Amino acid sequence: MTSFSAAGGHGAIPTDGVPADEGNVPTRPQSPLWEVFVRSRRGLSHTHAGSLRAPDAHMALRHARDLYTRRQEGVSIWVVPASVIVASSPDEKDSFFDPAGDKPYRHPTFYDVPEGLTHL
Amino acid sequence: MSPGGTDTAVDLDASAYALRLGDDALVLGQRLCEWAARSPELEEDVALLNIALDLLGAARLLLSRAGELEGAGRDEDDLAFLRNEPEFRCGLLFEAANGDFGQTLARQLLVSAYQVPLWHALGSSTDEVIAGVAGKAVKEAVYHLDHARSWVVRLGDGTDESHRRVQAGLEEVWPYTSELFERDALLDRLVARGVAADPDLLLPVWEATVGEVLAEATLEVPQTTWRPTGGRSGRHLTGFGYLLAEMQHLHRSHPGATW
Repeated sequence: MTSFSAAGGHGAIPTDGVPADEGNVPTRPQSPLWEVFVRSRRGLSHTHAGSLRAPDAHMALRHARDLYTRRQEGVSIWVVPASVIVASSPDEKDSFFDPAGDKPYRHPTFYDVPEGLTHL
Repeated sequence: MSPGGTDTAVDLDASAYALRLGDDALVLGQRLCEWAARSPELEEDVALLNIALDLLGAARLLLSRAGELEGAGRDEDDLAFLRNEPEFRCGLLFEAANGDFGQTLARQLLVSAYQVPLWHALGSSTDEVIAGVAGKAVKEAVYHLDHARSWVVRLGDGTDESHRRVQAGLEEVWPYTSELFERDALLDRLVARGVAADPDLLLPVWEATVGEVLAEATLEVPQTTWRPTGGRSGRHLTGFGYLLAEMQHLHRSHPGATW
């Protein structure tokens, strides 16, 4: 059974059996990988912004501030160790996502939107 | 009317003080730039250069102010790029060599622990431009201090090797700190006028901050009686000329070049 990680924000990637960074072997151990989520303003949810390497949570939060909010992109930051994120497997794409494809009635498109309604 | 086209009255004392503050920020910013693409990790590259950029931003405003108060028509570029070593007024701590990563962060700790109370005090400077710069810079300095503190604690209380190296870096830059709290005739006049921060009031705050961080980092406060000085009168360290050469050569090779 292959394990998957969301590391790097590129969706599920296998964590074993695949040589990572082939030809680019670091000369010393790298810091752990963290995924960064930024809330751009109050009322919105945190959105995945990217990833970074940091030795611990404290430094990860500070690096995230420098890397992902330097142009005032955010009012709040979450950092999550990439290793604790459980990602869905590409092999299960059919059983996970396709069954929703022929169920248009799940979309709220069968309702008439009252005139003058905003923020929907 | 000064040549700059503003109505600022010439004030050579305040100009000299703005130049000291501006040179401190400019020269340390340039030093930190040497870490570009050389930091332990890409993330740290960005963090250190972010600090450098904050310092450069403050330096530009302060050098512009120094030129304005001088009334001789020199702008920020003239002051940054067309002065020679003896004309710079930065403290020795700001120009001290980067050393290794531990030494750079030890220096940053000592600088930021000084700049936080400095900018805080200058927020109420009677020179409105210096006060304005200080109001912005204090928030940046608090972050620089947090960054430096975080690393010094991690390195000091880390492995035997990281402890040894950050302690060695600390010993290297520590002697340059006494100059930060020196008083001279210029400072006496400007403190009395409410333009400058009183170094006697900054020292206890600095000592408390640094002492607390070093204790947490399990590092020793260096014991030294060597008190090198001279930066404020233009006598700089050996490496300073190389720093200026790198910083100034483009402007001097291509006068008037713009982006």
